Amino acid sequence: MRAHLAWFRAIGRIGLANIGIFIFGISVFATARALAQNEYAAAHKNKKSTYAALAEVPEKARGRKNPFEADTQAVAAGGKLFEQHCADCHGRKAGGARKGPSLLREEVQQATPGTLFWVLTNGVVRRGMPVWSKLPEPERWQIITFLHSLNSPSMNSQSENPGLH
Amino acid sequence: MVARIVSEPMLRKFPSLIFIALTFSLLFCGSSLVWAQESPYIVTYDHYLEEPGSLEVEYFSTFGTQRGGNDFDAFWTEFEYGGTAWWTTEVYLAGQTTFDDSTIFTGFRWENRFRLLQREHLVNPVLYIEYENTNGADKILKEVEGHDVESDYAESNAVLRKEHDHELEMKLLLSSTFKGWNVALNPIVTKNLLPSERWEFAYAIGASRPLALKASPNRCNFCRENFIAGVEMYGGLGDTRSSGLHDTSHYLAPVVAWNLPSDWTVRLSSGFGLNDNSHRLLLRWGLSREFSGFGELVGRLFGGRP
Repeated sequence: MRAHLAWFRAIGRIGLANIGIFIFGISVFATARALAQNEYAAAHKNKKSTYAALAEVPEKARGRKNPFEADTQAVAAGGKLFEQHCADCHGRKAGGARKGPSLLREEVQQATPGTLFWVLTNGVVRRGMPVWSKLPEPERWQIITFLHSLNSPSMNSQSENPGLH
Repeated sequence: MVARIVSEPMLRKFPSLIFIALTFSLLFCGSSLVWAQESPYIVTYDHYLEEPGSLEVEYFSTFGTQRGGNDFDAFWTEFEYGGTAWWTTEVYLAGQTTFDDSTIFTGFRWENRFRLLQREHLVNPVLYIEYENTNGADKILKEVEGHDVESDYAESNAVLRKEHDHELEMKLLLSSTFKGWNVALNPIVTKNLLPSERWEFAYAIGASRPLALKASPNRCNFCRENFIAGVEMYGGLGDTRSSGLHDTSHYLAPVVAWNLPSDWTVRLSSGFGLNDNSHRLLLRWGLSREFSGFGELVGRLFGGRP
């Protein structure tokens, strides 16, 4: 009987702890997946709500000027930064992907530089877009410059089909 | 099979190589790579979380000098997963080699970070909660707690590993980014889950800045914007019976991160002990790589929607 008790104690100390940790780990991962999927689903439920964050930008922030407005070097640098940090979610040609909406649509292309800068800086955390203030301010403006350079008829035609990216 | 090819003495001599090899061979299939803009801190945390669905695999090593004992090399692997834009979860596996002694696995940690505010503010708070299951031989010195001093680590591994710690650690990560500078302050509270143990306190502070704030138009390894330099300071603050800066250890460490366009990040840090209770030198380095779309990959493996 004592041997059985000792065996149960040993299981309690080692076995159950490890099984518990494993189940807990799986649960955490499953929860993370479910939360992320819900966020994406909510974000893409309808096209209008996808871009709702643009309407929430404070008036003062909308009016900010892009210091790299007509800087061709900034377009190239912004393109490089976009590829490094944004393309995974928004598609290589910014036409949208599973995780992020198209940035070629009118809502984005017609937005002021200040509006886009604010959204980039603050993210849309509740819908899965992280904050990007870790990029220095000039780099964020370079990305905005690149995004606005995409505003051409040929690029806009791709926005209707995100699968093209 | 692998164990037969690599000779046993080799494995004994370089166990940390196995740690590295395991770390970077485990998850190299399927996920795409993402260029990360990692902070240079090794102890301090800023408020930036892992991107949702991405997995960052990191390997760190700490060489420490030891008065009254043998120098050591502690190493750990981190698997950091971005659950959502406001939640990151992370598992650590740690081990150490004490020279002229032995190499042992020292335990695991599981941490979670929760972003408390949705938008950016002057100071951005993130709640950090960690469970630690380690033994007394754990020498990664990821944080200095309570009255931790150098002499705690002087015993042999055989003695130190007999002590088992189940701890809950909480941090409030306060961080601010302005004009390219990041300043972070982490007050830390730790509780060993044994009722008899006291609450312990600690701190970590850091400041860093990229060497250039504007990106160059071309991909380059040695562009100034790829380097982030800074300094961090960390130490203990005593416990509930005796709090303060005395009878504990403190370190000051210049740090640098090199974010390569080839998706790797290299971190270097040399920590200097600031009082007689501290190790004289803690040399740290780390290597990390981020895998985007890891969550989707695993989801597909288990029959999730493509």
